[in-house]
Amino acid sequence: MERNQQLRRQLASMRQSLFDQGHLDEQFILLEELQDDANPNFVEEVVTLHYRDSARLITTIERALEKSPLDFNKLDGYMHQFKGSSTSIGAKKVKAESTQFREYCEAGNGEGCMKTFQLLKRDYATLRRKLEAYFQLARQAGPNEIACRPK
Amino acid sequence: MNLNNDKGSMSTASSSVTVSDQFPAGLRVLVVDDDPTCLRILEKMLGTCLYEVTKCNRAEIALDMLRTNKNGYDIVISDVHMPDMDGFKLLEQVGLEMDLPVIMMSADDSKQVVMKGVTHGACDYLIKPVRIEALKNIWQHVVRKRKNEWKDLEQSGSVEEGDRQPKPSEEADYSSSANEGNWRTSKRRKDEEEEMEERDDTSTLKKPRVVWSVELHQQFVSAVNQLGIDKAVPKKILELMNVPGLTRENVASHLQKYRLYLRRLSGVSPHQGNSFISSHSQEPPYGSLSSLSGLDFQTLAATGQIPAQSLATLQAAGLARSAAKPGLPMPLVDQRNIFSFDNQKLRFGEGQPQHMSSGKQMNLLHGIPTTMDSKQLVNLHHSAQSLGSLNMQASAHGNPSGQSSPLLMQMAQPQSRGQILTETSGGQVPRLPTSVGHPILSNGAAGAMLARNGIGENSRGTGYNSVSQTSSVLNFPLNHSAELPGNSFPLGSTPGISAGMSTLTTKGGFQEEINSDIKGSGGFMPSYDIFNDLQQHKPHNWELQNVGFAFDASQHSNSLQASVDVTPSVLVNQGYSSSPRNVQNSSVSAMGKPIFSVGEGSEHGNALNVGQHLNSLLVDNSTRVKSERVTDTSCQPTLLPQHFGQEDLMSAILKQQQDGLGPAENDFEFDGYSLDNIPV
Repeated sequence: MERNQQLRRQLASMRQSLFDQGHLDEQFILLEELQDDANPNFVEEVVTLHYRDSARLITTIERALEKSPLDFNKLDGYMHQFKGSSTSIGAKKVKAESTQFREYCEAGNGEGCMKTFQLLKRDYATLRRKLEAYFQLARQAGPNEIACRPK
Repeated sequence: MNLNNDKGSMSTASSSVTVSDQFPAGLRVLVVDDDPTCLRILEKMLGTCLYEVTKCNRAEIALDMLRTNKNGYDIVISDVHMPDMDGFKLLEQVGLEMDLPVIMMSADDSKQVVMKGVTHGACDYLIKPVRIEALKNIWQHVVRKRKNEWKDLEQSGSVEEGDRQPKPSEEADYSSSANEGNWRTSKRRKDEEEEMEERDDTSTLKKPRVVWSVELHQQFVSAVNQLGIDKAVPKKILELMNVPGLTRENVASHLQKYRLYLRRLSGVSPHQGNSFISSHSQEPPYGSLSSLSGLDFQTLAATGQIPAQSLATLQAAGLARSAAKPGLPMPLVDQRNIFSFDNQKLRFGEGQPQHMSSGKQMNLLHGIPTTMDSKQLVNLHHSAQSLGSLNMQASAHGNPSGQSSPLLMQMAQPQSRGQILTETSGGQVPRLPTSVGHPILSNGAAGAMLARNGIGENSRGTGYNSVSQTSSVLNFPLNHSAELPGNSFPLGSTPGISAGMSTLTTKGGFQEEINSDIKGSGGFMPSYDIFNDLQQHKPHNWELQNVGFAFDASQHSNSLQASVDVTPSVLVNQGYSSSPRNVQNSSVSAMGKPIFSVGEGSEHGNALNVGQHLNSLLVDNSTRVKSERVTDTSCQPTLLPQHFGQEDLMSAILKQQQDGLGPAENDFEFDGYSLDNIPV
């Protein structure tokens, strides 16, 4: 019990910091609210789906950025997809960077795109790492911990 | 609908009984999105709303699922951006084939995209990330649609309703058996739940839905062709089809959609191969119509040809239509409105004015800002031209009466409306052609032409369909025409028309399309080109084009102008919006329009000639083309060799429209138009 309480506290703190640091927004909370007894690992499931799908997009965008000249339309299209997926899980920073990237695409600013993409990749990796740790801990603490987690 | 309700109290009480308490629980939703994350989240949310969810990550698969399980879903939710198929295309297909409400969603909330959704007939548009609250109310779209459909049926069948019930006529037999059969089936599926609570409305929501399979539709089409477009009334079609269980209402409603589809063909790009096969909803046509008209109008207005107000009116009508998703009557109304509108301008057809009054939509138009750019206008012109040429051909063939003109005009109008809006929304043009097609049908000649293009285009107005359709429609003229240089659309003579046609041909190669597209879309593109060409040559070509109706009025250059207003815009829009498809889209609409544009382009006199030509050509088979002056039939009767069937169909449909659709439909009567009245 003690251990569990500790885990729960740790989990709560981890979760809160994700919000405080601007990595996650309300959308993540909505996902948490969808989680129930029937789907106790719903949030983790969705996040996993997201990372699987978005990793592919990241690679695609990276490859596209290596081409010359840059095909901004394509880049914009990929980023649109990426952004949509990121938005679904509430990845706040990544979403903002996606928007910025798209703006650069529209302006035809290749350098801006590349710079933004580097930032995006960094934040994307950070969030992924943190969420993975979070879910790992959550599994240790038990699914209910997550489901009952207050806002 | 499944009654699996885990809300304790409910389940026991409603276990076997009515579901009224449970509705909308169990609503069968098909959600389509290529993003697995979103898809999973939506699935969960919809499940939380107690809906029965089926998820799908590919549009093609979704369509298959919908086709194989025709009555298996109540509503479809689809993402806009998908790799294998554009969400709007799916939207149109579903509208045409299954007549289900479709909700679009996207992270993109820009006005153009949302507008596109509207014009394509989406019943709602959700911005991602989608909230569960937004999903809780989607059932309203299902109810609304059913209600409208039922109303349409009732309206279309109202005339015979009285007879049917008391007399054990064939129709009665059909209806009763059909009703029973269909009704029971659908009843079992979902009506049990809904019925209970809607008992008061009863039939309105429970109308049995007949699924128009390919075979059934073929039978329908051949029946219409047999009867001749002008004479194809639901009753007779029903008799000819001799399908047990089919009711007159089913046929009437299908006929209406078919007409709309044909109309749309003339203006829209046909991409739907099989769109027309299944039941169609009225939404799409409207959407497209409104969109197109809106666009057209603006363009027209822009060119100064159409009074801003008319434009607004037309647009409004179109928009209203799409927005309102009216039942069957809608299309008619739209047409009427268009006509009324045109009448005001052109003084075309006596019947028009009355439409005006009924056009609540028109009122709506006034408020709608339309912004057509020159490009659109050009498109319109082109399309108008093609339409015009097409029409002319039709009329040339057959009936040198004023019939074709009015019909064409009608066609043109709706088309333009749809096109206009479409353009505005971002170029999905497709819708228009269908709408445009309808008027053409009324004329008979137009119908034939549209039929050619691919009757398949349902009123749903899938833009895509129209593209292919157009090609078919344009075939006949195109075959003959030589290569008409894009910009040189010689108006005033048969060669001109041919040229126009050829333009179309070159653009679209409809021929192949036609054959394959009968069901689907009509390649209107040609019309676009034509119009565009005309446009370029003569700034005010559009006038002529608009006068698709002018077709009839080919005799009256003035009228041409008037009618062209509508059509060209429509066509133009279509042409441009979907560049590669433009050519095709314009087919149907082109039919009516080309004629006009042709006439306009060069000079009134020429236009007239062209119109006449086209008219005669168009009317080849269709008896109903009421072109007053189909005098130059000589010109290309050969162009429409194969259109007979379609022409008849069109005529039949048009006629049907006039006679058989019921009171609402009768409003369309173009027959009365005398283009002579159209002021230049």
